Amino acid sequence: MLRRELALALRGGGDVLTLVLFFVIVGAIVPFAVGPDKVLLARIAPGIVWIAAFLAMLLGLERLFRPDHEDGSLVLLRQADLPLSAIIAAKMMAHWLVSAVPLILASPLLAVLLAMDLASFWRMVLSLLLGTPALAAFGAIGAAVTVSVNRGGLIAPILIAPLSIPVLIFGVGAITAEQSNAALLFLAALSLLALALAPFAAALAISSAED
Amino acid sequence: MSIDSAPKQSWWNRISHPGQFVTWTKPLLWPLTILTAVLFVAGLWFALFNSPQDYQMGDTVRIMYVHVPNAWLSQFVYGVMAVSALGTLVWRHPMADVSMKSAAPLGALFTALALFTGALWGRPTWGTFWEWDGRMTSTLVLLLIYLGIIALWRAFDDQLRAARIIAVFTLVGAINIPIIKFSVDWWSTLHQPASVFRADGPRMPGSILTPLFVMFFAFTFLFLTLHLKAMHTEVKRRRIATLQRKAAQGAAS
Amino acid sequence: MIDLGPHAVFIVWAYVGVALGVGGLIGWTILDARLTSKKLATLEARRAPK
Repeated sequence: MLRRELALALRGGGDVLTLVLFFVIVGAIVPFAVGPDKVLLARIAPGIVWIAAFLAMLLGLERLFRPDHEDGSLVLLRQADLPLSAIIAAKMMAHWLVSAVPLILASPLLAVLLAMDLASFWRMVLSLLLGTPALAAFGAIGAAVTVSVNRGGLIAPILIAPLSIPVLIFGVGAITAEQSNAALLFLAALSLLALALAPFAAALAISSAED
Repeated sequence: MSIDSAPKQSWWNRISHPGQFVTWTKPLLWPLTILTAVLFVAGLWFALFNSPQDYQMGDTVRIMYVHVPNAWLSQFVYGVMAVSALGTLVWRHPMADVSMKSAAPLGALFTALALFTGALWGRPTWGTFWEWDGRMTSTLVLLLIYLGIIALWRAFDDQLRAARIIAVFTLVGAINIPIIKFSVDWWSTLHQPASVFRADGPRMPGSILTPLFVMFFAFTFLFLTLHLKAMHTEVKRRRIATLQRKAAQGAAS
Repeated sequence: MIDLGPHAVFIVWAYVGVALGVGGLIGWTILDARLTSKKLATLEARRAPK
């Protein structure tokens, strides 16, 4: 199942490039908006990286459920042998692999553009690794809830953003030096919790949508 | 099955059928309205005319009399929505989603008023309209969640199908809200080592508690009254949708 | 009214804002209820002769 989802996700291969580009561009735009002062940039770099990651992960959500909803395969998947929550977990994992991992690989670029120092850089990578699964989970919930809505792609971010605030808070907190370990722990805990619960919540939402 | 020939209904059944619900709870509306009005008159009298200044905050404590009830309601109404969401998903109670939908705009307004009064309280007391402290920030996030839920209701054509989906989201929100509050509190301690922005207020003597309690109940009954009325309206609105659907089918056949 | 102290303007605005907000909410609830009832009555009257 995971393989199928991965294959589907990768077939939209051009999207991966778009996503990474979007991520880098958001980061690159910031110096133009706030000026090239390196001290300032280094201070806000953690925040910018996480904002860019959050926005980029939102991009990939459209492909998560909507194509299956539109061609009717969601209904079929509900009746498959695997429970719907397992299928959704597979989709979430595929989404994370295709969206978050490229992000993380591209993050050194952002670190350089935003004058991040080396120690912060490694903390950033770690925080992204631990935190993006939670973003994927909340994104899946948002996508599942809006799958049967016509302009769902517009509403989903509104729903996902408040849920993602703790991820942003802990993610950024993990990059800035003090309290970093505590933040990383919270981030990991949040991701675990979100990953565990999101498939069930999303499955419930989709079952109700496909009735 | 008309109401006359139906078997004797338990009170649970009575509030389950939408039409019955409206009929049975209608007599409550006027008493609730009058009670709310009386409480507000009493509350305002106490708040503005018959209570002393606070020895720390002076007269601005009077803002607390409208701020605290709204802040309480912002959380209480979400609790009502969450319980209603459980009612929709777990017990499939027919009135649960009506309750959930009607409560959302009310909760959003009370949250907005909490922020508004909080800002006006903060300016003279602590010098600033807005502070990114734990409480104000969490309330702002709560407002965003309310507004998102309202947007969701408006996005669906089929309200009945929407009900279960929105119930799921409401419960997800309910789980998240404590997490958000925790993370925001943690975050605000990072950025404000000397936090002086406390909305707790001082230890409160009776003369201050009285207007607070009266206003507290006044606002709570205001919510209960409006919620009931809004539920009636929603039931009628669904009946309209059903009638329109039947009319369209009739015209098509 | 009693003296509201040096920060009276904030207190006044707070209460005015709440009054407007609550008043608006009450008004909207009542208006919504009236419009819906009227619409329902129209529709049911149309069905009644059948």
